[in-house]
Amino acid sequence: MATQTPVIEVHNQTAQTPRRLWLEVLHDWVTTVDHKKIGLMYIGYALVFLVIAGFEALLMRVQLAIPNNHFVSPEVFNGLFTMHGTTMVFFVGMPILFGFGNYLIPLMIGARDMAFPRLNAFSFWISAFAGILLYFSYVGGSGLDGAGSALDVGWFAYAPLTARVFSPGHSTDYWTLSLLLTGVGSIGTALNIVATIICMRCPGMKMSRLPLLPWIYLVMSGLTFVAIGPLTAAQIMLMLDRYVGSHFFDTQAGGSAVLWMHFFWIFGHPEVYILVLPAFAFANEIIPVFSRKAIFGYPAMVAASVGIGFISLGVWAHHMFTVGLGPGENTFFTLATMIISVPTGIKIFNWLATLWGGKIQFTTSMMFAVGFLFQFLIAGLTGIMLSAAPFDWQLGNSYFVVAHFHYVLVGAILFMIFSAFYYWYPKMTGRMLSEKLGKWHFWLFVIGFHLTFDFMHVPGLLGMPRRIYTYEADRGWMIWNLIISSGAVFQTVATLLFVYNMVWSYFRGPIAGPDPWDAWTLEWSVSSPPPSYNFAEIPTVASRRPLWDLKHPEDPDSDYEMGPVHPEETQKEGA
Amino acid sequence: MSEVAIGPSTSDKVWTLPSRGFVGMACLILAEAAIFVIFVVAYIFYIGKSLTGPTPKEVLDLPILTTICLLSSSLTVHASVSALRQSKTRLCSLWLAATVLLGGIFLLGTAHEWYGLIYKHGLTIKTNLFGTTFYSLVGLHATHVVVGLILLSLALLFSVRGEMKEHHSEKLEVLSLYWHFVDGVWVVVFLVVYVLGR
Amino acid sequence: MFSTRGSSSSTAIALSAFIADPTNIFRPAGTPASSIFSLSMLVLGITAAIFLVVAGILTFVLIRYRSRDSAGETEQEPAQIYGSNQIELSWTVIPILIVVMLFLATTRVIYTTEHAPRPADALDVTVIGHQFWWEYRYPKLGVVTANELHVPVSDREHPLPTYLTMSSADTDHSFWVPRLAGKMDLIPDKVNTMWIDPQRKDLYLGQCAQYCGVQHAKMLIRVYADTPEDFAAWVTHQQQPAVRDPGVAEGREVFMHNACISCHTIRGTVANGRFGPDLTHVGSRETIASASVLNNPKNLREFIDNPANFKPGALMPPMHLDSHDLDAVTAYLATLK
Repeated sequence: MATQTPVIEVHNQTAQTPRRLWLEVLHDWVTTVDHKKIGLMYIGYALVFLVIAGFEALLMRVQLAIPNNHFVSPEVFNGLFTMHGTTMVFFVGMPILFGFGNYLIPLMIGARDMAFPRLNAFSFWISAFAGILLYFSYVGGSGLDGAGSALDVGWFAYAPLTARVFSPGHSTDYWTLSLLLTGVGSIGTALNIVATIICMRCPGMKMSRLPLLPWIYLVMSGLTFVAIGPLTAAQIMLMLDRYVGSHFFDTQAGGSAVLWMHFFWIFGHPEVYILVLPAFAFANEIIPVFSRKAIFGYPAMVAASVGIGFISLGVWAHHMFTVGLGPGENTFFTLATMIISVPTGIKIFNWLATLWGGKIQFTTSMMFAVGFLFQFLIAGLTGIMLSAAPFDWQLGNSYFVVAHFHYVLVGAILFMIFSAFYYWYPKMTGRMLSEKLGKWHFWLFVIGFHLTFDFMHVPGLLGMPRRIYTYEADRGWMIWNLIISSGAVFQTVATLLFVYNMVWSYFRGPIAGPDPWDAWTLEWSVSSPPPSYNFAEIPTVASRRPLWDLKHPEDPDSDYEMGPVHPEETQKEGA
Repeated sequence: MSEVAIGPSTSDKVWTLPSRGFVGMACLILAEAAIFVIFVVAYIFYIGKSLTGPTPKEVLDLPILTTICLLSSSLTVHASVSALRQSKTRLCSLWLAATVLLGGIFLLGTAHEWYGLIYKHGLTIKTNLFGTTFYSLVGLHATHVVVGLILLSLALLFSVRGEMKEHHSEKLEVLSLYWHFVDGVWVVVFLVVYVLGR
Repeated sequence: MFSTRGSSSSTAIALSAFIADPTNIFRPAGTPASSIFSLSMLVLGITAAIFLVVAGILTFVLIRYRSRDSAGETEQEPAQIYGSNQIELSWTVIPILIVVMLFLATTRVIYTTEHAPRPADALDVTVIGHQFWWEYRYPKLGVVTANELHVPVSDREHPLPTYLTMSSADTDHSFWVPRLAGKMDLIPDKVNTMWIDPQRKDLYLGQCAQYCGVQHAKMLIRVYADTPEDFAAWVTHQQQPAVRDPGVAEGREVFMHNACISCHTIRGTVANGRFGPDLTHVGSRETIASASVLNNPKNLREFIDNPANFKPGALMPPMHLDSHDLDAVTAYLATLK
């Protein structure tokens, strides 16, 4: 056959010049503009930083296990919590979520790539560089007391602690510069996501037929535009203060420390919604498939997501209840924060209703999604507690808050990320992850998560503030801290198991095929992994679940397109 | 399988979607607007709060000429896009040149204003809160003007060399959107700094 | 409380590490903390109820609707239900009602705490946060002290609250004594006010709750609620200038001729520094180093020698005194009762 000769030639080439092939592969990845490769690079990059930041957390937990411990010095500890927070938010959370979005969105909307492939690559590389710059601070920066170490001003870098006079070294500068750069990358990716979803949908895919994952990424990207700007602006102001002598946050010249807080949290609160919305997006795809039912209330889900996006722009000062804004502002932000619970609750109820009447398959992916449901419920409820300003006057800046937001970040977001891994890894690599290892990963992680973060609420109630490198023995906090620290060990083991699973399965996992889960969105219509061009022929769709229509031609979704319908009218048997 | 034959197209309508360039530029404008809003908020917040030093009333004159130039440049850039749409490439070059010229006058006027502020009135970014917020806000805007002028000059270069054709008109329009944004920001800055703040 | 003497005390420490709760927000001892406690019970009740209902339904659903098909062989897809207007409306309206109720209850506590009417004889204390210690001034009484706050006990019939007017000399801090009230931040160039009214004579503990730098963890708070008589006696004592004991004249000379006077004040002497804590009556305090260690000669000497022995990163530099001077100045400070 005519095609065999080239194959033999390639093999000969490989045998003779393995080094050249390796370089070619590297060159291919470094210069790629393919959204799938870029997505994978984002994800791989985030996983590396997840391990690093997790290690930082482990060190902190060892230090805090007993009172007046001397495992690390105060300077090192303060650097650890700053780096842990900054890394997790900007170099784990954002990249991993942008990575999944990058990979999946074009596939889900029937496109061949993102709208601006070169911008896509640029955004990745600038963010990657920013992460390296941040960690270079361990080598290059000097901390609060001139001790050669990294950032130590907290991930939120309050003024005036960051002023030259209180932070004479360069730790603040590394924080500012690396975040400025990654902010540029985030805006670039968000721009790409919006342009792709709006301008590159395949024929027939009206916005009302868009799968929920791209819908939510649309909201998340809109939030990115509006939220990153304030951070960038505040950081420019901070750098001007530090280097040019301006007075934005210089209280000696009439500047305001509170203004920094406003600007930071105008960024900071939407940022956490930027992080959590993709978790909702994953849940919206995964829960229906493993319940064998369409998502309940698609229009409400879209409306709730958009609503959450908008309201999240108006709640920022609930991080400032103790700053002395006055009862009027405290009341307003209490109300706004409580209101956001309504669309959030709607989402939880819609997921419940999707499960109701379904045929639930407890794959590892689904188990993580179930964990997400319980834990996100709890996280939302502790959030309601904190939204009541007087309650926050006690619990704000305490370990109760740390427990709350880790419940969201780990219990909800990370759990859904794990779920997304088990669900889409087959599509990305062509192999299934081991379900056996997956179940071990799940149970170990659940035990560790609850040991750490359930009990973490207690020291907060007992008066333990956050960001302290040690604590007094007479406060009664020790037993709780011991338990919390023990949970960290379980989580570490579970995560290592997960990494091992990914590596092992890549070589030995069962072949996945294009559609191992019998799912309904377009990415499952192409091979696993997809060809570089995604679709040989751009598809045309007629409903929200094009593959359901294909698999159930006698009863396609396209017959039921007009929004929520009375249940009796839609009762039907599957094929 | 890598093909999805999902039935014939059920609609007779042609499937059209907005242009990527427009959507992308709109997103960029939104993000940049968010940055500007914060600087404007800082400016407004600090009005009247300077502990020392010259006040806006004492040192600021209404920049009428430069404002007229900059705002007219929006008209000229719009005219250049229209000209390109009608394949009138020479006219397009002319209007582009006018835009760059007007933008250049704006920058020169700003430089002149700053020279006076610094050397005659002793107002720098370090002097007081007014200096801090004034130079940062107006400076941020001026930076965006510089970037816009560089891009417009590039467009002018291509146009003069005859390389810009009618089918590039959408790209030129996207660029003009950026320029309109810069002008829009100036309207806000003008009102806040030179009208409200004095 | 805690001490470094004897094994029985070690047991006490070990036990207290497990069961003591001097900063438990659910053991209020003053009005602000009590009204927050009541609100928190309401909030906890509502959220617990929501949790039980929703988690209960979720658990039920997961069990009742689990797939009973044998692995890999699905037979029928279940009924596909896309939504229901009535159901979705109900679970929008009910949460809104709950939010409204919660919001009203919360607003009431916000206003009763922040806009509480101030009795005429309330005590005024000015609190200034420093890296890493607390300065307390009683402007109407002419008292200046540090780290240990004395206030009179208050009771319902004759309320005698203490109003704290707070600001910072450097970075942000936060004053948190959980059993007495919620926390309030100390911010440079901004004045915040809060009030406390301990109902029982006791020692209330707290600490700084806003990250302020290296030694944030050791910026501890001790609030002594005294009976009105004890408080009056304490005030009178604090108003006196420093004790002048001739037996420690040498130590006094060491103090006055070293850099000490540039940061510390001792009323009645030339020492007039404002950067560090007022030491006029330092000998009468139970603790030093922002309440992080007991005030005894051994600790005092070690602290003066090099504050980093207890608080690495504290802004007081090591004094580089030789052993003899160190003993003398320690003895002097110990007499400043």
